[in-house]
Amino acid sequence: MTAKISYGDVEVGTELPPQSFPVTRATLVRYAGASGDFNPIHWNEKFAVEVGLPDVIAHGMFTMAEAIRVVTDWVGDPGAIVEYGVRFTKPVIVPNDDQGATIEVSAKVAEKLDGNRVRVDLLARSAGLKVLGMSRAVVQLA
Amino acid sequence: MALDQSFVGRSYPPTDPYEVGREKIREFAEAVGDANPAYTDAKAAEALGHPDVIAPPTFVFAITFKAAGQVIEDPQLGLDYSRVVHGDQKFAYTRPVRAGDRLSVTSTIENIKTLAGNEIIDIRGEVHDEAGEHVMTAWTKLVARAAEPAEEGA
Repeated sequence: MTAKISYGDVEVGTELPPQSFPVTRATLVRYAGASGDFNPIHWNEKFAVEVGLPDVIAHGMFTMAEAIRVVTDWVGDPGAIVEYGVRFTKPVIVPNDDQGATIEVSAKVAEKLDGNRVRVDLLARSAGLKVLGMSRAVVQLA
Repeated sequence: MALDQSFVGRSYPPTDPYEVGREKIREFAEAVGDANPAYTDAKAAEALGHPDVIAPPTFVFAITFKAAGQVIEDPQLGLDYSRVVHGDQKFAYTRPVRAGDRLSVTSTIENIKTLAGNEIIDIRGEVHDEAGEHVMTAWTKLVARAAEPAEEGA
């Protein structure tokens, strides 16, 4: 593991560069194929509405995959992620247009741990709503 | 109907190995729009100390969730999958998943509880490589929403 961020250079409260991730219906179809999750709530509006959703929603695991990019882009080596967990609190609703939805992710160092590790807390929002809760990663720094 | 508490602690047999392919990792990385070269360029991965390209942190979910199907589809457990939503997901890594890995998953039911009519089940998947070394652990919380009263005949 080769983190490009040094433990000594971060403090509790250090903010990671935030990022925004666009999601369209095409993104979800592609993710369905790559992940093998073909649940129709992620691509079939009629089905999604029938089961009580407002519209097609993004895969929770897609949102989870995007959110950790704020950490892996910061630390450089994705192998530096020691733990990563989230709670799926609200769905990311993806309308059938060119814009789709946006997932906005920010993160900051919440705790310095032993062994040059830090806990990073993430915040993921879409359309103003928090879509992930209890979203945190433990990262091995240099 | 409440799920049978006696299933807590039950483990299912290890799955047949899933072989992690370079192109499958690339496909996944492209699908999430992640251009980190550690996922696609073996030299870049080696420069970070990995023997081959590694997979994005959540890649392994496809493998562990498929393995969790043993639990979800266990007719004795009787989980109504049509009502299931994904509640929480957590991973702890001993090392990153990488191309060439042949991974086997052992699923265990860690907890079952009922909350406001919802059935909540926690499944732990232990992922080992072909040498039997631990690679990572995945915890998946599934929530089976309470059935509508009409469907219960109430």
